[in-house]
Amino acid sequence: MKPKVAFFDFASCEGCQLEVINLEEKIIDLIDVVEIVSFREAMKEHSDEYDIAFIEGSIQRPMDEERLKKIRGNAKILVALGACACIGGVNKLRNEWSVDNVKEEVYGDADIEGNKLFDAFPTKAINEVVDVDFYIPGCPINKVEFAKVVSHLAIGKTPQLPNYPVCVECKKNENICVFELGKFCLGPVTRAGCNAICPQFQDGCEGCRGFLEDPKMEAQKDVLRKYGIRLDDMMKRFNMFNYKKGVY
Amino acid sequence: MVKDVNIHVKHLTRVEGHGNIYFNTKNGEVSNILWEVDEAPRFFEAFVRGKSYDQLSHLTSRICGICSIGHSIASLRATEAAMGVQISEQTELLRRLALHGENLQSHSLHVGYLVAPDLIGAPSVVPLVKTHTDAVIKIVTLHKFANYLSDLTCGRTIHPITLEVGGFTSIPTEKQLVEVKKQIIDTMVVTGEVAGIVLANAHKLPDFQRESEFIGLTADDHYPYYKGDVASTDGGMWPPESYLDITNEYVVPQSTAKHCKHNRDSYMVGALARFNLNYRHLSDEAKAVAEMFGLEPVCYNPYMNSIAQLVEIMDSLVDSTRIIDQLLSNGLKNETSEVEIRPGRGVGAVEVPRGLLFHDYTIDGLGNCIKANCVIPTNQNHGNIQKDMEAIGPTLVGKPEKEIELTLEMLVRAYDPCISCSTHYLDVKFL
Repeated sequence: MKPKVAFFDFASCEGCQLEVINLEEKIIDLIDVVEIVSFREAMKEHSDEYDIAFIEGSIQRPMDEERLKKIRGNAKILVALGACACIGGVNKLRNEWSVDNVKEEVYGDADIEGNKLFDAFPTKAINEVVDVDFYIPGCPINKVEFAKVVSHLAIGKTPQLPNYPVCVECKKNENICVFELGKFCLGPVTRAGCNAICPQFQDGCEGCRGFLEDPKMEAQKDVLRKYGIRLDDMMKRFNMFNYKKGVY
Repeated sequence: MVKDVNIHVKHLTRVEGHGNIYFNTKNGEVSNILWEVDEAPRFFEAFVRGKSYDQLSHLTSRICGICSIGHSIASLRATEAAMGVQISEQTELLRRLALHGENLQSHSLHVGYLVAPDLIGAPSVVPLVKTHTDAVIKIVTLHKFANYLSDLTCGRTIHPITLEVGGFTSIPTEKQLVEVKKQIIDTMVVTGEVAGIVLANAHKLPDFQRESEFIGLTADDHYPYYKGDVASTDGGMWPPESYLDITNEYVVPQSTAKHCKHNRDSYMVGALARFNLNYRHLSDEAKAVAEMFGLEPVCYNPYMNSIAQLVEIMDSLVDSTRIIDQLLSNGLKNETSEVEIRPGRGVGAVEVPRGLLFHDYTIDGLGNCIKANCVIPTNQNHGNIQKDMEAIGPTLVGKPEKEIELTLEMLVRAYDPCISCSTHYLDVKFL
């Protein structure tokens, strides 16, 4: 029997689900191996009976936390889809400030006190709320990698992510190192699997796929020093998808 | 005794983001009708504070996956206005081409995948793969072409790579542009066929009229997306810098997305607003699509927004060929973006698929953003959706619940809301 698959979204741009839609006619092949039972962005059909749940987005409020826990309870396998779900992504950047501070900046003096829709806590990646079985990283995800993970899961194989840096793919593609173009790049410490798409278009890697399990941070810092990139500038850019309070 | 109706559509489907519709009647009268947005707020304007000018478009593109190109370009235009950065003719032409790529992608997704199932009577495009194979293939062809054009100009459709302050990190080759132009001609034929399929089912679009105000960019000599002055169908024209006097955002308790109002208690932006304001600048091919559906300005039926999108698909294709011809006749040049850090405040106003988008940044002397404000098309539309629902609600009393639900869902869908954007908020509830 085909595994039943459901998609759910939390705080995100829904670009990762769109990337699934961007598989175009290949979605028809996908439907051959799995049965999609819920995909709110594209389908009215919905069922709470599913084997695999794909979660896009990060967790911002108690009501989101509750919803995610319910989904975890229903799903045999839970997969984090994209940077917001996997590592918090850009949503975590606001954790630099207090919740009251960011609310005031965005909603001003509007009366939202006690309104549960606005009841935010600091952003969490989904593994800070529930157990996650697999991760499909990236902002957005790479649809080829997504299709690979789904087909692995459909036949009961464990999907593996590359554990080498973006630099490996970048060198293989014979791109010019973007540091040579005077740009900043997180390629040396970021997990590959995107085919080094940003450096391919002469833009630096921003670390959207998250850092390697054992990133060589000192080596990254050496590279930055060599090219004379300022520490505060570097911190800002380290942070873009991988926010952590304090120093790396 | 009339039976009371209580409809609650939680997390409306086939729209971007989370919104709910509530519709309740008591003793044969509408007692509650509400458009609620419960999407989680994301606080973009708060976290871009302190970020460098050259990171802003990459951060704010993450407001929305579907219109990330539009957000990037509005962001770049605001940054460039704040810092006094000049761009080349080639950059402007390539950005206009990128906006057409996104308009084509977003409109074909909306008309083909999200709206067409309602017209054909299916829950989603999935069963249509088997029952309406030819139609689905045509829509996929169109959507795929749009993504190809976006990939070519931006490196990637979702969260563009090549767009940067002052220009592009990388541009397509002349050979690629020649190839894309060939494909545009084929895609225009497919668009005509898709319009025919929609026309065959267009009688399902409710004939509902509510006079409202339409706001969008306008220009003297073309149908503008990239730049222009802001105009209203109620009259008046304003520079983008005075956007706060136009949008007048306010917070309502049922929505993490703000609402807007201008001359009346609500207004509409998007394809229908642009069509109503700039019809005279459409290409003959696009006007022919409008004529198929009897669509003329000023049209006050919000359900026709999807048809205006079809018209724009054709027009974006035609205008893309003009842009490519211009680029090829100028000859492509490898340019370097010239940027000098200077403090200032700037506004970028761009027409994106769902309507008029504003980004407003203040940059300090170090090139860091110290204040940001983004006013999103869907925010500008939420108030109008609510007012439309209030107007159409009483006409639905006594109809079967399924029909009421579908009519209200179709209304919200017609606006093609982008709720992630607007909270930077969508559901139908029958309480």
